[in-house]
Amino acid sequence: NQIAEPVTCVPEAKPEMSTPGKPDLPAPLSNLKFQYTKIFINNEWHNSVSGKKFPVFNPATEEKLCEVEEGDKEDVNKAVKAARQAFQIGSPWRTMDASERGRLIYKLADLIERDRLLLATMESMNGGKLFSSAYLMDLGGCIKTLRYCAGWADKVQGRTIPIGKQLWETTSSGMEIFFLIQDMNLLWNFPLVMLIWKIGPALSCGNTVVVKPAEQTPLTALHVASLIKEAGFPPGVVNIVPGYGPTAGAAISSHMDIDKVAFTGSTEVGKMIKEAAGKSNLKRVTLELGGKSPCIVFADADLDVAVEFAHMGLFYHQGQCCIAASRLFVEESIYDEFVRRSVERAKKYVLGNPLTPGVNQGPQIDKEQYEKILGLIESGKKEGAKLECGGGPWGNKGYFIQPTVFSNVTDEMRIAKEEIFGPVQQIMKFKSLDDVIKRANNTLYGLSAGIFTKDLDKAVTVSAALQAGTVWVNCYSVVSAQCPFGGFKMSGNGREL
Amino acid sequence: MWRAAALAVAGLRPRLGHRLLSAAAAQAVPSPNQQPEVFYNQVRPPRQLGPNPRFVLGDWRAQGGKAWVALGLSIPIFINNEWHDAVSKKTFPTVNPSTGEIICQVAEGDKEDVDRAVKAARAAFQLGSPWRRMDASERGRLLHRLADLIERDRTYLATLETLDNGKPYVISYLVDLDMVVKCLRYYAGWADKYHGKTIPIDGDFFSYTRHEPVGVCGQIIPWNFPLLMQAWKLGPALATGNVVVMKVAEQTPLTALYVANLIKEKNDMVLADFPQAGFPPGVVNIIPGFGPTAGAAIASHKDVDKVAFTGSTEVGRLIQVAAGSSNLKRVTLELGGKSPNIIMSDADMDWAVEQAHFALFFNQGQCCCAGSRTFVQEDVYNEFVERSVTRARSRVVGNPFDSRTEQGPQVDETQFKKILGYIKSGKEEGAKLLCGGGAAADRGYFIQPTVFGDVQDGMTIAKEEIFGPVMQILKFKTIEEVVGRANNSKYGLAAAVFTKDLDKANYLSQALQAGTVWVNCYDVFGAQTPFGGYKMSGNGRELGEYGLQAYTEVKTVSMVLSPVLLDSTRVYP
Repeated sequence: NQIAEPVTCVPEAKPEMSTPGKPDLPAPLSNLKFQYTKIFINNEWHNSVSGKKFPVFNPATEEKLCEVEEGDKEDVNKAVKAARQAFQIGSPWRTMDASERGRLIYKLADLIERDRLLLATMESMNGGKLFSSAYLMDLGGCIKTLRYCAGWADKVQGRTIPIGKQLWETTSSGMEIFFLIQDMNLLWNFPLVMLIWKIGPALSCGNTVVVKPAEQTPLTALHVASLIKEAGFPPGVVNIVPGYGPTAGAAISSHMDIDKVAFTGSTEVGKMIKEAAGKSNLKRVTLELGGKSPCIVFADADLDVAVEFAHMGLFYHQGQCCIAASRLFVEESIYDEFVRRSVERAKKYVLGNPLTPGVNQGPQIDKEQYEKILGLIESGKKEGAKLECGGGPWGNKGYFIQPTVFSNVTDEMRIAKEEIFGPVQQIMKFKSLDDVIKRANNTLYGLSAGIFTKDLDKAVTVSAALQAGTVWVNCYSVVSAQCPFGGFKMSGNGREL
Repeated sequence: MWRAAALAVAGLRPRLGHRLLSAAAAQAVPSPNQQPEVFYNQVRPPRQLGPNPRFVLGDWRAQGGKAWVALGLSIPIFINNEWHDAVSKKTFPTVNPSTGEIICQVAEGDKEDVDRAVKAARAAFQLGSPWRRMDASERGRLLHRLADLIERDRTYLATLETLDNGKPYVISYLVDLDMVVKCLRYYAGWADKYHGKTIPIDGDFFSYTRHEPVGVCGQIIPWNFPLLMQAWKLGPALATGNVVVMKVAEQTPLTALYVANLIKEKNDMVLADFPQAGFPPGVVNIIPGFGPTAGAAIASHKDVDKVAFTGSTEVGRLIQVAAGSSNLKRVTLELGGKSPNIIMSDADMDWAVEQAHFALFFNQGQCCCAGSRTFVQEDVYNEFVERSVTRARSRVVGNPFDSRTEQGPQVDETQFKKILGYIKSGKEEGAKLLCGGGAAADRGYFIQPTVFGDVQDGMTIAKEEIFGPVMQILKFKTIEEVVGRANNSKYGLAAAVFTKDLDKANYLSQALQAGTVWVNCYDVFGAQTPFGGYKMSGNGRELGEYGLQAYTEVKTVSMVLSPVLLDSTRVYP
């Protein structure tokens, strides 16, 4: 089941965040120490109240990296108390000039930039993410997002509203600032980026936060905690409690003294969070959940570009993206050629340790995901989709899955309906514009969508008709701090960035 | 912010809580070198060199670290990230107003130099140039970095500002430099946040707007806040992607030209996504020179897309005329004022006296928004006048490098003489001179803090901008009366109201014709809030989000949607 020898693959079009120049890629750190493994509350490190710890693994080797203190309800309570204290009227955080908050966030960006290599190495080891992606994309995105949010700190303005006709009717001015304690539950696929997407806007607007990173990937968040302290944020403004969803996560979503919860993860858990919010104190809820995003390729598209973006749109980070282009609709007349090129592209993959240069696919995050993906691949075979390549595990250790492409996929198959979150591409055929819009929208999800065409009319029309929070035209996975991101329908509530 | 610093200087405890004191005011002010070296084309003040290293000109490092004392050399013009002598080879002296002595010679820019600078700016603005292709967020990064460099050299810049302008060093350091850095950081943040909109136009069309830079911006700045005015101009212009040809005031060219060093300073940031080394050449060009020559050349230049001017109303008109008769360039003006400061009888008297004093005397009275018509309600008039005179008499005038000094010299001899002329007219027209009234020292351009009582609306000192430490106190009876009199001016820059009554505060802040109204405070500035004038005090606004409008062209893009495709999809939401 070995994939052929390494082939260097240079994508012709890079579906990446646009930057005018990329830094040179350094070698990852070889002697990484995991210095921060405790719960971060009030700018101090705490053991868990229960005394419990949980192990953190390297998914490429299945080796244990270290143990981390396991936060639970009591630890969440401690963190909320600290956050509430930091949020008292008259506290240093509440009386700080908005521009000064911006300064602190900017400083945090500088510190993350200073520790970029360390964080990227850690992200790669703990998350199974390609080191090059972690260094260039994840860390680059984090730094830019923080700097962007820093600038907003003194620019979220209220309005004065002319409510009366008289010359000197009083005007009312409202500070449109959420003064809340926010709580966040994070997903493991982009641990640092998700952390920054959450804390950037929250801190910019003057909130205090309690963050629960994913149990699979708590390490980089804890390192950033140390940087938050170093940057000079007052104690209690940011608190980070590593732990599990059903315990620490549930404690957050049902806590009576938390004003808002923001969650990124599966739709299933998102529903539980919203329920818990309703049952407890009607806390505000924002959710960024799953997707089954359509990517539509018309016959008039530039085929090279479309194949490459569609491929990266699905296979980037082992398919573990909520925006993954996991329903690829290709117009009938180019279908066979498109499938042929996509399979050829997928076969070029080099699997291996994500820290190794030249590797372009790492492991899935953990055993549970790995088994779930293999199960869905089996269902695809059984339900009659045509397996073009891949279709099974790879290697003797680590959670590797072969890049897999299915053709002749039909809408009712499980692989066409459920979020796989793995390196499994589904290619469907369509005949008319009318037909494809109907089918693309026929899903519970509505996170994102892609269109490939040279026809301006089609591009504008289809982007208006698709029910998705983001529509990319002739590109995919273009995400930047300036553009909002979030889902229609059951892909989420609210927008980030 | 100015108030906070003024309070710190006056040794008063702010009464509205610690928030009034900015972080900067709380920090220690490092002591200045009272005889700073002046140089260009290097980024850090060289160490003291030899026995008489007073003014070092030229490229210190290029000379192998050997200092050369000024001998017919001058601070040059900054074009295309390079240093140039004036085409005419002419120079002019810049003078230390505390002593009247020449600090050094500066290249005198004129029409040909402006042409050169505009050419460089236009080249930097070409479609496809590094500046035009740079991500908006990267422009923000560059501005942020410029702020960092200014902060790094804060002590030196504050010293140089005091040497060239005469303002107290403590103010330079705490107020001017603090606001400069904050302004640049504020606009750094806007660079990628000032966006267009998509618009639901009628019919089968898709319509959106783009906010595009205007192009080559001429910026003419005054001498009263040389560094701060430079930041107010550069911040919004560069955040929105424009290129700049700036003329700095002939009285105070030194700090702006030092900032030119920082603009071109090589980038030593450990910045990954950041290939640029400083601002690209031609994006910022700085020309020292005089108004009638270099300034006029900018205002009437055919290839300058916009001119922003801060200065007198008289010159503002010339600029607008020149813009009209040349190429209809966009014009923003921030001009003079004769701002009313209204003290109602229910005001907190201690606070009102201190603030009214500060409103007028801050920066030697050289503020366009100076509270130069203090209207005091009849029943508290006598007490107010008496206390204002006491306060003015206690004002410490002297060496601006002394930390006890509240007031330094006026900027130059012209201003000095003009102010003394106004004082004379006040006496002649029958105002009551209560204190001061003359020069305060036998050298330098110092003027005694001067207070006039019983000032009538028709007097010259109640109508014209004096721009000096001369306070006019006028009496009024009713709120309706004072609104009429306060608004009876060709100016409309700022106004203030002191009262504890919410209704009066609301009524006056709506009735006054002024771009800024302060309630129970004065000279409260933040990069976040817009500033500008009604009537003949100016056109347009600076600072805040509003300040970006003057530096952007809005482009509407509308495209037709195919009716055929639309029909087929209309069933879907």
